[in-house]
Parts: sequence; C-alpha cells; structure tokens
Amino acid sequence: MPTPTLTLPTAEQEVWRYSRIGELQLDRYDATPCRTTIDAPAGIVCDGDVPSLTIHDCFDELSEAHAEPVVLRVTAGRAVAQAVTVDHVIEASGSSSYPRLVLDVGAEADVTVIETFSSADDVDALIVPRVQIRAAQGARVNYLAVNLLGRRTWQLGHQEAVGERDSTIRLATVALGGDYARVRTDARAAGPGATTTQVAVYYADGTQMHDFRTLQDHVAPHTSSDLLFKGAVQDTARSVYTGLIRIANEAKGTVAFQTNRNLTLSEGAWAESVPNLDIATNDVRCSHASSVGPIDDEQRFYLESRGIPPEVAERLVVLGFFDEVLQQLPVTQVLRDDLHRRVADKLSRRQP
Amino acid sequence: MSHVLEIHDLSASVAERQILNGIDLIVRSGEVHAVMGPNGAGKSTLSAVLMGKAGYTVLGGSVTLDGQDLLAMPTWQRAQAGLHLVMQYPTEVPGVSVEDALRQAHLARRAEGGGEMRSRLEAEAARIGYASRLLDRSMNVDLSGGEKKRNETVQLAVLQPKFAILDELDSGLDIDALRDCARRVEDLTNEIGLGVVAITHYNRLLEELRPDFVHILVRGRIVASGGPELADQLERDGYAAFAGADEPASTVQAAAVRPSSLDELFGGLR
Repeated sequence: MPTPTLTLPTAEQEVWRYSRIGELQLDRYDATPCRTTIDAPAGIVCDGDVPSLTIHDCFDELSEAHAEPVVLRVTAGRAVAQAVTVDHVIEASGSSSYPRLVLDVGAEADVTVIETFSSADDVDALIVPRVQIRAAQGARVNYLAVNLLGRRTWQLGHQEAVGERDSTIRLATVALGGDYARVRTDARAAGPGATTTQVAVYYADGTQMHDFRTLQDHVAPHTSSDLLFKGAVQDTARSVYTGLIRIANEAKGTVAFQTNRNLTLSEGAWAESVPNLDIATNDVRCSHASSVGPIDDEQRFYLESRGIPPEVAERLVVLGFFDEVLQQLPVTQVLRDDLHRRVADKLSRRQP
Repeated sequence: MSHVLEIHDLSASVAERQILNGIDLIVRSGEVHAVMGPNGAGKSTLSAVLMGKAGYTVLGGSVTLDGQDLLAMPTWQRAQAGLHLVMQYPTEVPGVSVEDALRQAHLARRAEGGGEMRSRLEAEAARIGYASRLLDRSMNVDLSGGEKKRNETVQLAVLQPKFAILDELDSGLDIDALRDCARRVEDLTNEIGLGVVAITHYNRLLEELRPDFVHILVRGRIVASGGPELADQLERDGYAAFAGADEPASTVQAAAVRPSSLDELFGGLR
C-alpha cells in the first residue's frame, strides 16, 4: 500500500489549484481504520449495499479499496427527533483512514447527522472521508461535519449530496483543525423544487491551511441553492475557497446564491476566494459575493467609540462574524457553545 | 458635579485637505450647544476628530475634558473619559448585540451594575419606544433609520457619558423618532447633567432639543455664536448671510482621494 499505479493529482489541475497536494507523500501512511462510534436510534444503521463512488481521483479509488462504510437509512416518512452522531478518532501516527458515510433518506423523512473528525495534536496521519447523501422526494436532511483534527493530520474530504423533488438538504461544515484540511462538496438539486443549503465556518491559525471546493449543481427546474462560507486566517495560516454555481439549461426558474467572506487577522496570513458561475439558461436569479480583508475599520471604530478597548472590539467583531453561521447549525446549545469557545480560544492565541 | 469640554483653536485635515480651521468651543455640564453649518462646513469632520477616528489628522489646537488631553488618547479612552458620539450613520456589526457591546464597555470601565445591563437596556428602550426584541439583533443590522437612532439614544442613556456629540441626529428618521430621541437627550441634560454638542444642518432638531447656545460653522471655523435666536436668524436669512463673515479657509493641495469605505476596498468580486 499504496499500489504503485495510483497517480496523485497535481496543483496544475484547476480543482487542486492553490492546494498543498504537492507535499503529500502517500507512502508515509498505511491504511488503518480510525475508531468510529455511532450513536443512532434503532433501525437507522444498516448493512445495506454501499453505492459505489464516482471516481474523480486516486483518493476515491483508495476509498473504494479501503473504506469502512457506515450506512444510515431513514425509511420514508420517518422523522428522527434526535441527531445521529458519527465520531471518528484517529489514534495512530502513520495511518491513513478512509471513513465513508452513506446517508439515504426516504421520501418525506427528516434527519440530522453530525459527523466529527478528531485526532491528537501529535498524530501524524491522513484521513480521506467520503460522504454520500441522497434525499428522496420531500425529504429534509441536515448534515454537519466538524473538523477537530490535530495539527499534524491531513484531511482530503469529499461530500456528494443529491436531492430529489422538493427535498431540502442542508450541508454544514465547521473546520478548526488539521494541518492541511480540504473538503470538496458537491450539492446537486436533481429534482424539481429541490433546495440545497451550504454553510461553513473555518478558522486556520499557526501554519494550518483550509481548502474548500464547492459545487451548487442545478439540473432540474425551480430548484434553489444558497451558500454562506465564512472563514478567518491568522498567523501564517492560509485558506482557499473556490465555488461554482452550475445551472443546466433544463433548470429554468432556478435561484442560486453564493457568499464567501474571509477575515485576514494577521499580516502573514493569506486567503484566496474564487467564485464562479456557469449558467446555461436565462431564466434564473443568481448572485455571488466574496471578500477577503482585515477587520472592518468602521466596525472597530464604532465599538471603540462606546469605550471598548481595541482587543475586545476585535474579539466581538470576529466572534460575531462567525456567530452568524454558528447560529444556523443544526446543533444543541451545548455544542454551539463549545464551538464558540473553540473559536474564541483560537483568537486569543493570535500573533498579530 | 460640573464638567467642562474645551476645544481650542482646533485645526484638522482629512486626505491632506484642511477642513477645520481653528475651532473654539467650551461646553459645560447640562448645556446644549448646537453647531450648525452647510454641507462641507466640516461638521462631520469635527465629530470624527473629537472621537479620534482614523484618517483624520489634527494640525493644531487642543481638546480637553476637565483638563485631560483627549487628543492624546485613543478612541476608547476618550469614551471612557466621558465623551460619547451618536453617529450619523451607525455602523452595522453582524453577530454583536447592543447588550454584548455595552456589557464589554461596562466591563472595560470596571463600572458597577454590569449585571443589570439587560434590565437597564429594557428600561431605556421602553422609555423611548424602542422595541425590546430589537435589543437581541445584531448591532444596526436590518434596522430602519428611526430604529438606528433610537438604538444610539438607548446606548447614550445607558452609558451616561459626561458629554455627547450628536452627529446629525435628525438625519434619516421620522418626526416621532426624532422627538423621542431629542427628549431623551434633553432629559439627560437635567438628570445627569449631560453636556451636548448637537451638530446639525437643519433647524428641525432644535425644535425638539432646545439649545442654550448656537454656533454657525462655515468653512471649518465658527463664524458666529449666540443664543437660540441665532438659529431663527439662520432660518430666515440662510447660511449665505454668514458665509461672508469669514475669509476663505486656507486649503492644502488636495491629494489622492481615499477609498470612501472598506466595501470599496475589498467588497468587489474577486
């Protein structure tokens, strides 16, 4: 392992542009499952068929070879009150793990799934998560991925979600950990009236890098999508966001929005934001917005003019920036407070 | 206890263009001073310079509060010393409620009563007809013009500074909101001896907030001072009657224009 026929992608490819893929030495890792714990009500976890992955790159091939799939099925009409949690912990340095989550939600069913990835700061490992979500007609799916990986762990994630007629899929990501942590998310509105929503909070410090590639894919009429990604970088950390809204000719009457906001909190930090549109029909309402920059001087002045010291004003602005997204997450107040505290801790470690 | 805000021969520039040309103004506790001037007279520059906003350069003069040199302090210390600015266009701060902000302001001041912040906010909101549910909103986000000025006035009343600069309090709000805000300010001059500098273009504010003194600001200099009757004269004769009282202000060669907002700097599509 790995088989010598595998060809790693390169940063020359558009979808890997700005990435750190060139640094990856795959032969440093041996495929070893991470420790996975599932907490779900009865009748949801099953041993059913695992749909095969679309092969985009060698990591999909590796996942097909080594995946440890978790299959969650919610039968038609079932509303699952309690959030299903799937926790992955990487324990061994030198390991590569390939968790795969299949979430198949029947017609008019309703479920929330929270998947967490974590490792200690001294664990030098690679994790290659794959998520496959299908929402049948009228289903409502909330999925949240939380990255709490240690500072030496690499993540190369890919989420694919497909929503059928009148379904609602909400995909959320909180990325705080990892050395280089990448997630690609493809959200496809496949049936008329389908809605997808994507939100993310990401915050890199030290030498971390977060990397997001999103696709809002519309292939049926009267679909809608909305995306709000908010990130911050400090110290010498980096982040990349590239997003594409793709609207096929048959997706008439579609509404799609995409917003990416980035705060650069240190001189040495760097963030890139690249929004793209690919629209094949006129009958759409579509917009995107993106920004990269330091804390707004006007906001800082406003708070300071109330007698708030500069460092407290900055903390309020940064935490407020992220709270807009944290408030939208499908989580309990306890988890929300925990995430808020982790963000605040990162900010308190900032080197200007 | 009586306090005094003293502005002496204050000159300042923005973007290398001199806007203030020697302002003199003394305000004591409980007094309301109206500073009136046409567009471009330097009204907003005066409020920005007094509060220490970045991008403005003080060329000369002094500003003291009870003898303390305000110009030597950063903005937040001026606020803690007792100066408050009610902004013409209050800034939106997403994710930060007025309660969050004032609690931090209170904490930084090491003032007592921070634990009662919510009830004090509720009481002040009720007093000027500001819906208490709006206290939980992000600061100034999705508020109407009137709601923003009521929110500013609630903060003023809770923070209880020694002196307040009202920068065009009367812009962007309806007559009911203006009356509620102006009356609250008026009451504060009696209750806590708040001293007020009301900067305004129009007489409208002064029908609600009766000034003790009126000053006419033209080309960065106060060209006339008097009692409330001065505002009436201004209403009758217009600014033109006062413009001639002053020789043309000295100006430095205008330099490159600064971006007018951060949105302009980094709000574009990338």
